[in-house]
Amino acid sequence: MPLYLNEDQQMLHDSAAEFMKGEAPVSHLREFRDKQCKDGFSHALWKQFAEMGFTGILIGEDEGGLGLGHVEAGTVLEEIGRNLTPSPFLTTAVAGVEALNAGGKALRDQYFPGILAGETVLGLAIDEGAKHRPDQIGMAATREGNGFKLDGKKQFVVQGGSADMLIVAARTSGKAGDDKGLTLFAVDANAAGVSRDSARLVDSAMAAHVQFDGVTVDADAVIGEVDDGDTVLRRLLNAGRAGAAAETLGVGAGSMDITVDYIKGRKQFGELIGSFQALQHRMAHLYSEMEIARAAVLKAQQMLDEGSSRAELMVSVAKAKAGRATALSVKEGVQMHGGVGMTDEYDIGLYMKRDRALQEFMGDANYHTNLVAEMHGY
Amino acid sequence: MSDLEKFRAETAAWLEANCPPEMREPMTGEDDAVWGGRNATFKPGQKEWLDVMAAKGWTVPDWPKEYGGGGLSRAETKILGQEMARLKCRSPLSSFGIWMLGPALLHFGTEAQKKHFLPPIARGEIRWCQGYSEPGSGSDLASLQTSAVDKGDHFLINGQKIWTSYADKADWIFCLTRTDKNEKHKGISFMLFDMASEGVTTKPIVLISGQSAFCETFFDDVKVPKEYGEGVSSVVYEVNKGWDVAKYLLGHERSMISGGGSEGATSLGAKFADQVGRDEMGRLDDPMLRAQMAEMDIEVLAFRAMAERFGDTFKAGLCHPAQPNMMKYAGTEINKRRHELIMAAGGSEVLEWESDASNGGMTARSWLRTKANSIEGGTSEVMLNVISKQILRLPGA
Ligand SMILES: Cc1cc2nc3c(=O)[nH]c(=O)nc-3n(C[C@H](O)[C@H](O)[C@H](O)COP(=O)(O)OP(=O)(O)OC[C@H]3O[C@@H](n4cnc5c(N)ncnc54)[C@H](O)[C@@H]3O)c2cc1C
Ligand SMILES: Cc1cc2nc3c(=O)[nH]c(=O)nc-3n(C[C@H](O)[C@H](O)[C@H](O)COP(=O)(O)OP(=O)(O)OC[C@H]3O[C@@H](n4cnc5c(N)ncnc54)[C@H](O)[C@@H]3O)c2cc1C
Repeated sequence: MPLYLNEDQQMLHDSAAEFMKGEAPVSHLREFRDKQCKDGFSHALWKQFAEMGFTGILIGEDEGGLGLGHVEAGTVLEEIGRNLTPSPFLTTAVAGVEALNAGGKALRDQYFPGILAGETVLGLAIDEGAKHRPDQIGMAATREGNGFKLDGKKQFVVQGGSADMLIVAARTSGKAGDDKGLTLFAVDANAAGVSRDSARLVDSAMAAHVQFDGVTVDADAVIGEVDDGDTVLRRLLNAGRAGAAAETLGVGAGSMDITVDYIKGRKQFGELIGSFQALQHRMAHLYSEMEIARAAVLKAQQMLDEGSSRAELMVSVAKAKAGRATALSVKEGVQMHGGVGMTDEYDIGLYMKRDRALQEFMGDANYHTNLVAEMHGY
Repeated sequence: MSDLEKFRAETAAWLEANCPPEMREPMTGEDDAVWGGRNATFKPGQKEWLDVMAAKGWTVPDWPKEYGGGGLSRAETKILGQEMARLKCRSPLSSFGIWMLGPALLHFGTEAQKKHFLPPIARGEIRWCQGYSEPGSGSDLASLQTSAVDKGDHFLINGQKIWTSYADKADWIFCLTRTDKNEKHKGISFMLFDMASEGVTTKPIVLISGQSAFCETFFDDVKVPKEYGEGVSSVVYEVNKGWDVAKYLLGHERSMISGGGSEGATSLGAKFADQVGRDEMGRLDDPMLRAQMAEMDIEVLAFRAMAERFGDTFKAGLCHPAQPNMMKYAGTEINKRRHELIMAAGGSEVLEWESDASNGGMTARSWLRTKANSIEGGTSEVMLNVISKQILRLPGA
């Protein structure tokens, strides 16, 4: 498979680009932020996502979706990133769907129609501390009757406050740090004993702290196998990380584009500041970092779609590389905008904030760099 | 099995059967490469490997068969590369003829020139050097002064080149000369001639690596015939249009040099962890070095994806014409950083400059040699200028 988008993928990409730019450009994010929207995203827009077919990209054709892959999901995510479009797409239609794809038919029948219709929102209840450490999950799920009882806390559940269902990773055996013993559950977000406390994040998305107090679920809520949640979690994480890398890439590319435009128009010392070599060289360096990140992200997506044994390694490479390149893009962006880059009125600061949130989502560049060393055995 | 899967299986089997064991061991240094040419010397295995690969056209797998190539598609070329890497087969031939001149001839040469020059390049029979830079014309290459005066049936060449890699070992040179003094870019011609011609002398330049693969090259009334046989002109493309050829060739040179960034896809940490030492968790026991190596692994893997993408988009005509400059910039900067880490991992042992254990100071010499990567073929600063102007369209071109 050549390492560029084929015709169909390019068409999907173009329609996603047109859609985000037309329906949800950066001004859309501002609008929802300024009206202090409690969900942080537009439900009407989520329905439009469904009408465009986006929410079914990773859902099989026999289940009403498009039956496409991570490359296709990534083209949509890149445009979400470029336009800072607030939506539950990554958590619901990418990571959430991928987890459900690893589960039983009954759960898919229960949730896919709502997702396909743009009505259902999923939250990912994975992290328990400030940093992403899925190997340290300690939340307890104890057997009770025909099902399980969940107790514990999760945080950084993005859009968790508006979620209809939470995918919860908990321990059915072993202790934090063990390889085995995790189980994933599909938990009704309104079930008795679930309390959610949402906070607005720096990028104006909403994320919840979720408390589980003796929440009972029956055995049907298990996604995959009991004690073997690692398999499902891996799929969820790979999809979520590759997706986050694609969105991050879009943020970096968008931020670079507006900065290039800005320095082409701003004059100081009687010259366009874009003609100063001190800025040109940094911009050209940034361009090359972004190109490399783009190649890494696409490679990771293709490998996931092919089911390659090295996909996980490349996903970490992509998340780390896209993270570092985009962090550079937003920093240079604010700096090269000069004073106006510090103002709320200019968009560049919004890119910086979204990048920061995406860095933490499913592991930052340091986390993935460490994983790469581990996967290489050192 | 699809056609490509079949090709992969057959290729792997063929390589397995035909690549001599010596050619599957890592190279011991720059002088362990095969450059071919009239006076080539070979170590065991090298000649056999070159001959079997050349017979299949696989020294230049994607060139057309009629010019000595393998006629492979992009996908097949990629598979051949992957299988060679997997089986650790060395490249059968290192050659400026393949990397630089060949692509320029394929693009700009006449049919007669292609038939005359390309097959010997593919077989490694003529070793080429590149006569571009002059003492006063480096980054500003188009200011070059070496003159070629039309004398009817020949050109008379006078002037000096510098930094000519392997000029003292090369058989022929592809050389930029000035054929019109009143024009800068439009007064340059691209010529091919024999280094054994009367009036050509070379003088080696010793580098900081202690090695001297580079020369000053002097031309003193050198007579270059206009034709080497029917229709085989010594000038490629047209007189005074050599800059177009030079630029095209630099594109290829830059992509080639950029390959350094993906050199040895093996993880640095995996390679050096035991040598540096491990802690009780099995981790490389210098945490900062471990982190830097893991970052380098990421850079290298990401850059490899970039190189693959560049190759794919280049072949499909989808990449920006200035993209080779980005590849050259990024690849060479990564390669330099990689060698810094290799030195750090080696510690005091790789400081040995002349000892058997250090294989003649190979690690240190290689490290120093990589510093030229971001200078030769156009400096990093010049690459960044080109990206700024031609890709980002920043003002002030
Ligand atoms: C929070 C804040 C507080 C401030 N407080 C005050 C205050 O109290 N009083 C006051 O008078 N001002 C104040 N300023 C203004 C501040 O001094 C200017 O923002 C600053 O001088 C930069 O000018 P500029 O914003 O017009 O950026 P520009 O001059 O437009 O610069 C934009 C970018 O181009 C680069 N650039 C410009 N010229 C060149 C060149 N020749 N070569 C290379 N790069 C170049 C800059 O480094 C920058 O990255 C404040 C600014 C901020 C952000
Ligand atoms: C190992 C090695 C092998 C080589 N092999 C060959 C060969 O086989 N054939 C051949 O013809 N040549 C060869 N070269 C020459 C090479 O192409 C030149 O050295 C190179 O183009 C730089 O030119 P220069 O050395 O004159 O440096 P200069 O042009 O003098 O540059 C000096 C410094 O100024 C910077 N600079 C120059 N112009 C600008 C600008 N506009 N903006 C910003 N910075 C600028 C450069 O980036 C550099 O850092 C080789 C060089 C080396 C080191």
